[in-house]
Amino acid sequence: MTTTTRPESAPDAAEARARSGAAGIRLGHRLFVAREVGIGLALLLLIAVTTAVNPRFLSGQGRRDLMLGATILVVLAVGQAIVIITRNVDLSVGSVLGLAAFATGKLFLAMPDAPIVLAILVGIGIGVLCGALNGALIAVARVPALVVTLGTLYVFRGVDYSWAAGQQINAADMPAGFKSMGTADLLGVPLLALFAVAVLLVAGFYLRSYRSGRELYAIGSDPAAARLHGIPVGWRVFTALVVSGGLAGLAGVLYAARYGTLDAAAGSGIELNVVAAVVVGGVAIFGGSGSVYGAALGAVLLSTIGSALPVLKVNPFWQQAVVGALILAAIGLDRALAARVAHRLRGRKARGA
Amino acid sequence: MAPERTGRSARWVSTFGTWDVLVIVVLALVVVGASVLVEGFATARFWGFLLLDIVPIALIALPMTLIVITGEIDLSVASTLGLASAVLGQLWVAGLPLALAVPLVVLLGALLGAVNGLFIAGFGLPSLAVTIGTLALYRGLAYVVLGDRAVADFPIGWTGNSIEALPGTTVPWVVLPLAVLAIGFGVLLHATPIGRGLYAMGNNDQAATFAGVAVARTKFWLYVVTGAVAALAGVFWTMRYASARADNGAGLELSVVAAVLLGGVSIFGGRGTLVGVLAGVLLLMTLRNALQLADVPADTLTVVTGTLLIISVVGPNAAGMLRARMRRRRPSAPPVASAEGA
Repeated sequence: MTTTTRPESAPDAAEARARSGAAGIRLGHRLFVAREVGIGLALLLLIAVTTAVNPRFLSGQGRRDLMLGATILVVLAVGQAIVIITRNVDLSVGSVLGLAAFATGKLFLAMPDAPIVLAILVGIGIGVLCGALNGALIAVARVPALVVTLGTLYVFRGVDYSWAAGQQINAADMPAGFKSMGTADLLGVPLLALFAVAVLLVAGFYLRSYRSGRELYAIGSDPAAARLHGIPVGWRVFTALVVSGGLAGLAGVLYAARYGTLDAAAGSGIELNVVAAVVVGGVAIFGGSGSVYGAALGAVLLSTIGSALPVLKVNPFWQQAVVGALILAAIGLDRALAARVAHRLRGRKARGA
Repeated sequence: MAPERTGRSARWVSTFGTWDVLVIVVLALVVVGASVLVEGFATARFWGFLLLDIVPIALIALPMTLIVITGEIDLSVASTLGLASAVLGQLWVAGLPLALAVPLVVLLGALLGAVNGLFIAGFGLPSLAVTIGTLALYRGLAYVVLGDRAVADFPIGWTGNSIEALPGTTVPWVVLPLAVLAIGFGVLLHATPIGRGLYAMGNNDQAATFAGVAVARTKFWLYVVTGAVAALAGVFWTMRYASARADNGAGLELSVVAAVLLGGVSIFGGRGTLVGVLAGVLLLMTLRNALQLADVPADTLTVVTGTLLIISVVGPNAAGMLRARMRRRRPSAPPVASAEGA
């Protein structure tokens, strides 16, 4: 506020503007946190009601099933959130998952003694390659992500099918060490779920505390402004797609470890659940806001609904309809909250001026 | 595009018109190539089946073209088709005559479209997110209505008639109403103020509003029409396969969007023609069915769909970048041309 030459009232107005701006950020932050708290509460409520109906829902095995059921969706949702925050989308994750899962199976068929780390690296590597193809088409050829990843959704799945050629890999073909990864526990938490937690924490820390992580939000808020600001938009978007692909590849390995039985259809259609989880978790579909924690909570909520409905004696056919209604409610709520924030800010500005 | 600026409209044709022509040329090449190489392709029987496969996709692609031109999207069409099919089956089981059930189901489709329209045009929510939501919601409701059962005891008068060919040919009669609808949508898009308004919205919603286009109302009714047409496709689907199931047409929305984009409609809106889209639908389905006839497994055919889709957007973009680069290299080019490239 170095406005010495301006009339006296100007600094006051500027100060008021700055004040209301800071308040806006605080207010926005409060609502943003409230969003995650809201989903968390909904999740707790759901679990509480379901447990009241059937206490076995939260028994040791029940807890394990809930965590295992959410694992794959959480890993995918973290990757998807990173992409959506940059105002892009990755619809190919289900196909990448299928490809990586099948590759894992093939790897163990060819080399039954292969170390598990190698399988994980191969899965992530395949995902990174797929993500790099997506990212290159989006960042270099400047093609909208929706179209590119819709196309590669088909392409990767088709490659998967022609590679598999109708073959199915059975759990019996998998080495015992790898299968035990799908069932092992560490301190009462399934090992697979720990992968998801690790991915979530790393991604959350990166997005919050690293400059390039913050730049992803800037890109999503306004790609043109981000470019003018000197942010390497193409490179960051490319990286986001690579990360999403790599996580989808990791999810494929986790899928193989959990289910053991694999065919080329693994993960078909999961992309919609992933996008749903991210949107329900409060990440704006047009980028620039939200967090991976919200997305992960959204994923846990969706998968818990899937497990809770049969317990609640609700016809399981309702599950998909509930997911749809939840998406509509989530984006409708977002819009209502945004309108309220804007309204309040206008009110403050008017008073401050 | 104003007639007095002939230079500009000629360039408009050369930039965007060429894509339609290209798709049609590729389509012709595919037809000629497949006739020579694939046994059984150049038969009336094959084309009869091909046209039956094309009908539902082409039907939904008509209103989808208009929606994408306004810069929006509707991913819920296949779920609307499935819900319409499930409800039709349930109404028939409940003893309602089909002559009454069919109009009811189309009305239901319009209602489902109106829900989309309300969220998108009324509340101003992003269509991508809304229709991903209703994609799940409508498909879920279809399962709620019919579960995993199938209703298959429709009267043969309806199911048989739906695939009946025009007398003396193998061309299914349903192609006729499809053609009438296509002409109707074509006239609406290319020869009426409403159609011009759709392009204006796709280029810039706000500018269109200031130009007097009723943006929200038009979008709302577009979604209503899309819902009704998708339900109509659901009726045809049910009758053609003589089976009402909740999973009818699952995943069809991706084929429809792929065909529309392949037909040269910009995903950002504001650009595209209905002729191009119909050529895109034909190209996609002809190529797919020809490869299937040549014993390429159906599952791997998705590679073709995906690659075509990517080429269809990368192609024009790459051509545009190349043109811009060539223009930069020749600074002596007339200023109008460089302004056009921006």
